Amino acid sequence: MSTDSLRLDPGTTRRVRWLFADSTVIARRSLAHIRQVPEKLIDVTVQPLMFVLLFAFVFGGVIAVPGGSYHEYLIGGILVQTIAFGMMGPASSMATDMLEGIVDRFRTLPMSRSAFLVGHIFAELAGMLLAITILSLSGLAVGWTISSSFGDAVAGYALLVVFAFTMIWIGTLLGVLVRSPDAVMGVGFIVVFPLTFVASTFVPIDGLPDGLRQLAEWNPISALAAATRTLFGNPTAIPADAAWPLQHPVLASVLWCAVLLAIVIPVTIRAFRRRTTG
Amino acid sequence: MYELHRTTNVRASGLGKRYGDLWALRDLDLEAESGSVLGLLGHNGAGKTTTIRLLTTLAVPTTGTAQVAGHDVVAEPGKVRSQIGVASQAATVDGLMSGRSNLEMVGRLYHLPPEMARERADELLVRLGLEHAGDNLVKTYSGGMRRRLDLAAAIVASPPVLFLDEPTTGLDPAARRDLWELMRELVGNGATLVLTTQYLEEADALADHVIVLDHGQVAAAGSPPELKRRIGGERLDVVVTDGGDVIRAREALVRFADGPIDVEAGAGRLTMPLVEGVALMEVMRALDAVGVDAHDLSRREATLDDVFLTLTEQPRQEVAA
Repeated sequence: MSTDSLRLDPGTTRRVRWLFADSTVIARRSLAHIRQVPEKLIDVTVQPLMFVLLFAFVFGGVIAVPGGSYHEYLIGGILVQTIAFGMMGPASSMATDMLEGIVDRFRTLPMSRSAFLVGHIFAELAGMLLAITILSLSGLAVGWTISSSFGDAVAGYALLVVFAFTMIWIGTLLGVLVRSPDAVMGVGFIVVFPLTFVASTFVPIDGLPDGLRQLAEWNPISALAAATRTLFGNPTAIPADAAWPLQHPVLASVLWCAVLLAIVIPVTIRAFRRRTTG
Repeated sequence: MYELHRTTNVRASGLGKRYGDLWALRDLDLEAESGSVLGLLGHNGAGKTTTIRLLTTLAVPTTGTAQVAGHDVVAEPGKVRSQIGVASQAATVDGLMSGRSNLEMVGRLYHLPPEMARERADELLVRLGLEHAGDNLVKTYSGGMRRRLDLAAAIVASPPVLFLDEPTTGLDPAARRDLWELMRELVGNGATLVLTTQYLEEADALADHVIVLDHGQVAAAGSPPELKRRIGGERLDVVVTDGGDVIRAREALVRFADGPIDVEAGAGRLTMPLVEGVALMEVMRALDAVGVDAHDLSRREATLDDVFLTLTEQPRQEVAA
């Protein structure tokens, strides 16, 4: 086999190199913002920590989880809930950028076309990784453990990262669509709050009344929480007669993320182009 | 020995942009060569910013074509972007970073090597009088400082073609003159500058060629002296003592006017192009004959202001009854 077919054309190599270099510059800009406004990190640091403590100690005593302790059950849910709420950060920083016209500056520069979105996504991913780390450590402190194999644990974290990536894209889309950063909070709460509570996030779903229970069984958040618990070897408290996604939580979660990404990425790129061209 | 080599760096023909039902710009032709300044003059909403957006690849034209530095703005936006520097009306700098970081970031995105981006940032902070504020967050800057930083960002990579959208709006006169000096220097080094302004004085001082825009259409084009000549050489300003006299004054002045008479009833001021060869004495006598007391009477060369007024506005209405 000739090696020529393996060589990338120099134009492509250069484009990829600039995409990487330019995205790094944009990501560093986002990180510089965090240095100036550290409050931006509250929703991925202090807030999840607060949730862990509240749920572990306020509800921990009254919620029984079949097959384990509530503390072990809780962390998988809070990881997923934090990542879901984490979409508000990218949404508000994107909405702010759209408003301030800095995007116009970037669009007149010879930078890589995709670097603005890519850099933004990667900086937000760094924030999410911080949240996942803080949650894992605080979980360990209140009695959560990873009792699965090393491979499953790695898969668990990989799934969380994929989910984080998905939520960042959804947040970015929201940021591109809303007219002002203030609107992000409203939309975020109205959608994300019920979504994360009508689910197996904090309580086992077999206690939910009919109707709500079916909603929770098909809620992607439930699948993700169950998948996280499964991969970390924590109690899942899934009823034997639960719907398909909860019977196969890992596969269902991967499918959910893949479908959402397949929709949200092109829609976001199109919305971003439409909003910034004209 | 050497021939001065001038190339046309910005060219547009039949350029138009429609937003919904509204044409923001219609049928614009323009050309600017290296080492020259093209001024786009007009009120808010005249189409100046739209023109800049089209030429800088921020918007896609509805009609017509444009080339910047030899590249078509629609077909090769990437190549255009590597040749241009843009300072926009809404100073597009990042408030949450320092002035220096802003310039370094923009330099890096022009693909300057890191050390060069840093050096250029230092150099331009000094050049634009921002060296003491270079490490402060841009959100603490005054409006004028932001504009200067925005201009610095536009020239970080010394691009051959510059688009400055109202670069001196909101600046005090001293800062404005500094910027004029800088713009002359850049153009002297061979840059092509496309400048929009609402200040006639600015177009007069800087531009080699001026396009006057009004409601998205070209109202006039030419060099500042040409425009002045075309609109009439001399102007007469008359200020009457009693505001009620403007109607009678206007009637008396009609025969000396080489065009419409602009009447500012409140100030009792009348301005008009003067028929060639009229002596001021004749005008005074004519006013005297109708019993109007002129408080001030002066003739002067037409300024770009007059050009603008004549081209883009109906003369102010003859005094409400």
